Amino acid sequence: MTDRQLIFDSVLSQIDPFNKKGVELTEATTFAGDLEWDSLTVMDFVAAIEDEFDIIITMNMQAEIETIGQLVDAVAKLKG
Amino acid sequence: MTSNNRDLFSKFDSLIAEREALLATGVRDPFAIVMDEVKSPTQAVIKGKDTILLGTYNYMGMTFDPEVVAAGKKALDDFGAGTTGSRVLNGTYQGHKEVEEALKDFYGTSSAMVFSTGYQANLGMISTLAGKGDYVVLDADSHASIYDGCFLGDAEIVRFRHNSVEDLDKRLGRLPADALKLVVLEGVYSMLGDVAPLPDMVAAVRKHPNCMILVDEAHGMGFFGPNGRGVYEEQGVEKEVDFIVGTFSKSVGTVGGFCVSNHPKFEVLRLVCRPYVFTASLPPSVVATAATSIRKLMHAGEKRAHLWKNSQRLHKGLTDLGFKLGTETPQSAIIAVILTDQAQAVAMWQALLELGLYVNMARPPATPAGTFLLRCSLCAEHSDEQVEQIITMFEAAGKATGAIC
Repeated sequence: MTDRQLIFDSVLSQIDPFNKKGVELTEATTFAGDLEWDSLTVMDFVAAIEDEFDIIITMNMQAEIETIGQLVDAVAKLKG
Repeated sequence: MTSNNRDLFSKFDSLIAEREALLATGVRDPFAIVMDEVKSPTQAVIKGKDTILLGTYNYMGMTFDPEVVAAGKKALDDFGAGTTGSRVLNGTYQGHKEVEEALKDFYGTSSAMVFSTGYQANLGMISTLAGKGDYVVLDADSHASIYDGCFLGDAEIVRFRHNSVEDLDKRLGRLPADALKLVVLEGVYSMLGDVAPLPDMVAAVRKHPNCMILVDEAHGMGFFGPNGRGVYEEQGVEKEVDFIVGTFSKSVGTVGGFCVSNHPKFEVLRLVCRPYVFTASLPPSVVATAATSIRKLMHAGEKRAHLWKNSQRLHKGLTDLGFKLGTETPQSAIIAVILTDQAQAVAMWQALLELGLYVNMARPPATPAGTFLLRCSLCAEHSDEQVEQIITMFEAAGKATGAIC
């Protein structure tokens, strides 16, 4: 399994508790559109991802991240 | 053009629909109250009805203080209705310097800078202090003016979970050591009325290099600490805080904002802080009332004691009635009553208004964790009798709407 696949799987498990509607998750799933998360849910989720990977995703970066795939790429980059 | 056409207002359609549906149920609009008469810091007339005010942030009741009002009238006569200019051009009068002197005396700092509103004080300080490549680290429940200060500037923005010392510490530890960081905290968080654990937070910040600390004491000034400076004074961390931001629109009783600091280079901000430079300064009457009020607040120990007594009494009264409050113990002069949903919150708000009590209704996204709440803010001028009346009204409204049994 590649590092990216490991991150993808880990991100999915972090999304799970916030995926109240049971939306099917793919690389292209969007947080605002498909998952319908409000800003408070996004805050909790980002904090969980940050703690899981020991990284910081600034609000500036968050503004650019719309899909699960983009988040996985950002995490991979931040983990270096 | 018909309303069906898509235009720049289309993004507000769901909000318009939600409001129309709510108002169609026959309730009054909680965001369109008009005070026809204001009789005192605690009493107004709304639609012909005498109403007790319990949602004004007028903590120290200075709005009708005779000396404060007289100072404003004199300044209006002597200096006119407005300055028509920026602080750095023609908009600094003797009164603006006097209110800055009053702030320096009140806070015991070497510098004070007065803005036209508290919102602009946060906007200006945060956006100017933290530049490109710097970091602003803020509490997730921060006031909108703090967030907007971040968005106006070029810094990287990092949030930590509300009042979590551990979360703050962890996030600071993940940032580059050599980067400059501004940590923004609030003494009192205005939605639930909870107080920050500043000594623990300050200690966590000081473990990390290159951090400055700004504390917003909008809801702490006047009420907390031996000199009424705020929560940071009460909790004994004065020497650790680099900047205090505050407002004249709460305890001071008028409008305006400020920042005080002991930083030796502070005065340069007057030249580089855009929300300070590119707007007109406060009218002479406003700065005169603010200066008079601030000097009186230095000796307001009795008022502080009565405000604290009022807050404790209301907190206990509402708890005994069975209401769920924002804090388990009384922490500030804000007491938030948490309700289940919008329908219950509006019904309760309206029932109170009809009984003659005004409180604030607050809803997401202003509130944390998506809660609907009725926010009460007490005043030092509320009499013991008024506080008992307020509790009785909450009992009647709560039972009528099913919020309590």
